[in-house]
Amino acid sequence: MHELSLVSSIVDSVTESLARYPGARVIEVRLRVGALAAVIEDSLQFCYGIATEGTPLAGSALVVKTLPVVVHCSRCNVDGAIESVQSFRCPHCGELTMDVRQGREMEIEAIEIEEAEVGG
Amino acid sequence: MTTRIVELRRGILKKNDELAAGLRDRFTAANVLVLNLVSSPGTGKTAFLERTLRELLAQGSRAAALVGDLETDNDARRLAASGAPVRQINTHGICHLEAEMVGKHLDGWELAALDYLFIENVGNLVCPSSYDLGEKIRVALLSVTEGEDKPLKYPTLFNSADAAVITKMDIAEAVGFDREAALRNINEIRPGIRIFETSAKTGAGLAEWLGYLQEQGANHAGS
Ligand SMILES: Nc1nc2c(ncn2[C@@H]2O[C@H](COP(=O)(O)OP(=O)(O)OP(=O)(O)O)[C@@H](O)[C@H]2O)c(=O)[nH]1
Ligand SMILES: [Mg+2]
Ligand SMILES: [Zn+2]
Repeated sequence: MHELSLVSSIVDSVTESLARYPGARVIEVRLRVGALAAVIEDSLQFCYGIATEGTPLAGSALVVKTLPVVVHCSRCNVDGAIESVQSFRCPHCGELTMDVRQGREMEIEAIEIEEAEVGG
Repeated sequence: MTTRIVELRRGILKKNDELAAGLRDRFTAANVLVLNLVSSPGTGKTAFLERTLRELLAQGSRAAALVGDLETDNDARRLAASGAPVRQINTHGICHLEAEMVGKHLDGWELAALDYLFIENVGNLVCPSSYDLGEKIRVALLSVTEGEDKPLKYPTLFNSADAAVITKMDIAEAVGFDREAALRNINEIRPGIRIFETSAKTGAGLAEWLGYLQEQGANHAGS
């Protein structure tokens, strides 16, 4: 259960980036998470609700986009998404490959904010 | 009210990744080979490491260890009996080691005076896989008692490993360990990885493991 650690990093990162937008309120935080990142979205959502309380992120939505695991096959010289993370084989020829090109990502892609009215 | 989308494109664990990169630079500069040992609780990390440290010291190599546990310094005391410098990291509830904890516990150690530094992670097959500690080699351990399908259940960890160690081979027969299935499953998740079949009790497989360490240490120096 490292989702709480992940969420506190998210809160820190987002809060830091809000410095440029004084008084802004966060509406949505968008993540890109690889299927191989071992992140459980339910736990993430649960921790998010708790960890954002009393922060500028309170009440915001967390949107998680899952990225498939993509491997490179040197035999076919192509990249392909694997169907299951129980088998790292080229989807075209079935050859085993350890060349993982996508799937470990854990990234904050963007945030949607509501800016405070200036001078109003 | 105006809403705005702000692109961040920032790794969630950016801070840890940066600290780990800093540690990796330090380890490389000091020419010390660093290994991060990860497994379920009770797989036999400490027992395997105790034996490894003793053998390394006996052959004149300089090795040290950091060991992570939620609480207690039992594992550090067991490891220190080998004669190697050992430090305990208590995470107090955190289920994995982070680069910052490793960095803090290196204070006062002269890294250049070491050939090997082993980091025993907290017993957990999920969380440690996301946290880079600056290691060169990540070792996934699996005991003969915990099921041959462990690699399939925890692909994230096994896929990120550089070497795999099967522990407690001395009781393999008694517990009906299916060796072929275990090797096949590891290979399905991390094709071509080096696999060591060991016993901390009898010393089986240790010579091969020590040979690997020496080989990796030499590569390290050359790179
Ligand atoms: N038969 C046998 N038992 C072993 C072997 N290695 C470890 N054990 C036993 O397995 C149990 C757990 O070993 P540890 O070395 O403490 O395991 P660990 O992975 O360090 O455990 P945590 O640090 O708590 O995650 C102990 O009772 C050991 O005596 C082995 O090679 N053979
Ligand atoms: Mg231990
Ligand atoms: Zn192919």
